[in-house]
Amino acid sequence: MVTRTADKRAATGWHRRGTLPGHAARLLVLLAALLCLGAPAADAQYVRPPGDEPVTAEQGRQTLADIIARQKGEAGERPHRDWDTAQGNAAGIGATLGTRGGPSDAEVWEALRFGTAEVNVSAGGEPARVVIQDGGMWWLEFREGPLRTYGGYLLLGTIALLAIFFAIRGRIRIAKGKSGETIQRFDGLERFSHWLIAGSFVLLAFTGLIELFGRGGLMELTGKEGYATLARVSKVIHTNVAWAFIIGLVMIFVLWVHHNLPAREDLNWILKGGGIVGKHHPPAKKFNAGQKLIFWSVILFGGSIAVSGVSLLFPYELPMFAKTFEILNNIGVPELLDMQPFPAQLAVQEEMQFAQLWHAIVGFVLMAIIIAHIYIGSIGMEGAFAAMGSGQVDVNWATDHHSLWVEKLREDEKTRAAATPAE
Amino acid sequence: MRAMLIAFLAIVVIGVAAFFGLNQIGFSSAERQSAPSVRLD
Repeated sequence: MVTRTADKRAATGWHRRGTLPGHAARLLVLLAALLCLGAPAADAQYVRPPGDEPVTAEQGRQTLADIIARQKGEAGERPHRDWDTAQGNAAGIGATLGTRGGPSDAEVWEALRFGTAEVNVSAGGEPARVVIQDGGMWWLEFREGPLRTYGGYLLLGTIALLAIFFAIRGRIRIAKGKSGETIQRFDGLERFSHWLIAGSFVLLAFTGLIELFGRGGLMELTGKEGYATLARVSKVIHTNVAWAFIIGLVMIFVLWVHHNLPAREDLNWILKGGGIVGKHHPPAKKFNAGQKLIFWSVILFGGSIAVSGVSLLFPYELPMFAKTFEILNNIGVPELLDMQPFPAQLAVQEEMQFAQLWHAIVGFVLMAIIIAHIYIGSIGMEGAFAAMGSGQVDVNWATDHHSLWVEKLREDEKTRAAATPAE
Repeated sequence: MRAMLIAFLAIVVIGVAAFFGLNQIGFSSAERQSAPSVRLD
């Protein structure tokens, strides 16, 4: 085969047409000669079938010069090969670069590229049947480009904004100082659930960032070997701690959903910006509107991250994007946004790529929200950490931030005291 | 703070259980990607 290819190259005469520097042409001729000499003895007895004679440029075959010209955008004429094929002079089925019988080469490649070819594999199932998947390059470029860039800016920007806010506003103090009297804000199960999801999310966030910022980022610091170990450990942590996050998510939803339904006072709280500027805080029940926003962000974004994460944990078994895109197309979302319809037919690998991107994008958004939550629950506000630390908060803190909740607790206490017969 | 420490311990327990459990019941990556004709060990 090599010998025949060399024959063709030598015979096409492109080196004689002066399109390459002379020494390069001479080297190629020498290489062709060497390949002829180095060919197995069996090739010496090769008998060319009819129609497989070496071709020449004069016969209308495409030459290297044609290819180079086309790549430079200089080819104005229709390529020789087109004319050749059109005239029924294409190379035979058995010939080198010959057509494949019924379908042409172009049709075969098109079928492979767009997933319509019949490909049989002995192992690997559906994913292994995909020979060409050109969505992979788009995914790779998006993952290494905008996803990392804007995701990184989002996190750094959030931290910078909080630092500026802290520098201007300082720590939000308890208006009347600590009273010394405490009330229970969260019981043991609530705090356990909070820390289960919080601890697992922090682990998942760091390990996820390690996986995303490897090449062209961390690898420059750790070296390839160091990063390989780091990525492997991160991957094991990320894929297994995910279950703790999901359990925590379900627990906090069950425990707190009834406290987080929208209420009339939320509007007032939002209009007054939660009292974050100034000393007066708008009245709120056990969860104020800001905390409700955090809660629903965790439930919705965390739920979405969990679903896409499970899809990634069990590759190819839980595809969801083609179906989602189809639904979005059917309800007319692309038209509303003046976009092309979403791709409703996806290769199994594309499903995984979309799941990975979605997982990371929503992960970045939730990370930014949680950074703000950590800030306000620790250095940003005096007395806030105790709610999730010991579960006991100072009454003055509770009155500042959750006045309606404190009133309700006191009313309940009075009712209980009245209902209890004196002994 | 005890609830926090117990929760962190639970994260470790759940993580280890998931790692060994999923491998045990045939959900290792290698097994999910193979076929009956493939010998893994």
